[in-house]
Amino acid sequence: MILLSPLDLALAAILVLLAAGLAHWMRVGETRSLLIAALRTVVQLLLIGYVLKAVFGNVHWLWVTLLGLFMLIIAGREVTVRQAHRFTGGWSLAMGSISMFVSAFSVTVLALTVVVNASPWYTPQYAIPLLGMILGNTMNGVALGLDRLTQSASDKREIIEARLMLGHRAQDAIANIRTDSIRVGMIPIVNAIAAAGLVSLPGMMTGQILAGSDPVEAVKYQILVMFLIAAGTIFGTVSAVWLGSRRLFDQRQRLRLDRLKQTL
Amino acid sequence: MVCIEAKDIQAAGLGPVSLSVESGTCTALSGPSGSGKTRLLRCLADLDSHQGDVSLDGKPRESFSPPQWRTQVALLPAESFWWSERVLDHFPIEDKPALDSLDLTPSVLDQPVRQLSSGQRQRLALLRLLANQPGVLLLDEPTANLDLDNIMRVEALIADYRKRHRCCVIWVGHDGTQLERVADRTLTIINGRLNGDRL
Repeated sequence: MILLSPLDLALAAILVLLAAGLAHWMRVGETRSLLIAALRTVVQLLLIGYVLKAVFGNVHWLWVTLLGLFMLIIAGREVTVRQAHRFTGGWSLAMGSISMFVSAFSVTVLALTVVVNASPWYTPQYAIPLLGMILGNTMNGVALGLDRLTQSASDKREIIEARLMLGHRAQDAIANIRTDSIRVGMIPIVNAIAAAGLVSLPGMMTGQILAGSDPVEAVKYQILVMFLIAAGTIFGTVSAVWLGSRRLFDQRQRLRLDRLKQTL
Repeated sequence: MVCIEAKDIQAAGLGPVSLSVESGTCTALSGPSGSGKTRLLRCLADLDSHQGDVSLDGKPRESFSPPQWRTQVALLPAESFWWSERVLDHFPIEDKPALDSLDLTPSVLDQPVRQLSSGQRQRLALLRLLANQPGVLLLDEPTANLDLDNIMRVEALIADYRKRHRCCVIWVGHDGTQLERVADRTLTIINGRLNGDRL
């Protein structure tokens, strides 16, 4: 494996600066956030690099769990801030985190115990990257699904209520919005699976190949990860949208848009 | 016999309001816009959260499931909304709506909703509601988009339904002569409070 020097990274950073300069010159207006994001990448990844090094050095389930929960909370926060209509009272954060916990964690644990068979099963070299990849993708599905759900419910309030007035049950009145939201949440992962290897070489596989692994072995791991991600994303999106669609109505099956707050 | 009875209904911009309507009768409700007419109907149909009790034939609302209640206490909103492309999808399969009573042809059922005029939509919305055979009709300006002929047809259909099903009707409208024609009494609502000739 060819080791990268700080100079190599500096060269890549110059490319980002050039791109930012171009964006600035074209008055795109995103220059500042691009530079901040680039800086965040450096700091966050360096930090996680050292954290991983420490966790890998002290294999203990407590450290793995703590790191996993930390990742979950951050993912929950990212889901929440992307919502144009957020549930009030922290419900978006709660529903996002719960659905990601249920899906991403259970899929990861299942993969570690049944498929990968590392010993112990929580060996951080396997547990943390797997959880990270599954969580990162589940996060997209959950964020997109919840956003579509709350947006559609706000836009189609009269249609939902028209059905309620005719005696439809709340969950029937919102059924097509719910399936549409799940569909939207699934689009990125279905695209990624369908185009894998043809349009893009998935990041994990690329990393393994760059690090000198046999491409076929890398491909096997990539297929495993793809399937885990797909399952995690779909379970997570379905449960988040289901929880959200429950929260949109109260016990008397009234549509409660006052439980949403427009944020963007 | 009391059909629908509401005690101390209170919601944003409304109440407290108490009223009862006997079965087979029609109560008109008028008042300036923003006075709370629509809000009151929405509370009776249990679409908005509110304080106070509502009962149907003496049975409290809590003893009905929300879909049961809204099937019985049916609200016709001022503007109708449609969730499916085709008109027919909005009607129960086994039921044939009485299209000719409102001067509509059967072909209208196969048309896309967006091709209908607002008057056609309004009349179809009434038929869609009556297909549930409700015991209480809450009508929010049911003839607002209609010409005179169709206003008369709608009035006749509702009067006929009211007689046959002994249902009670609350009719929100602005046209005083129409309200006198269709209703047994008229209540006025001003700033969220009822006043008028209570029976």
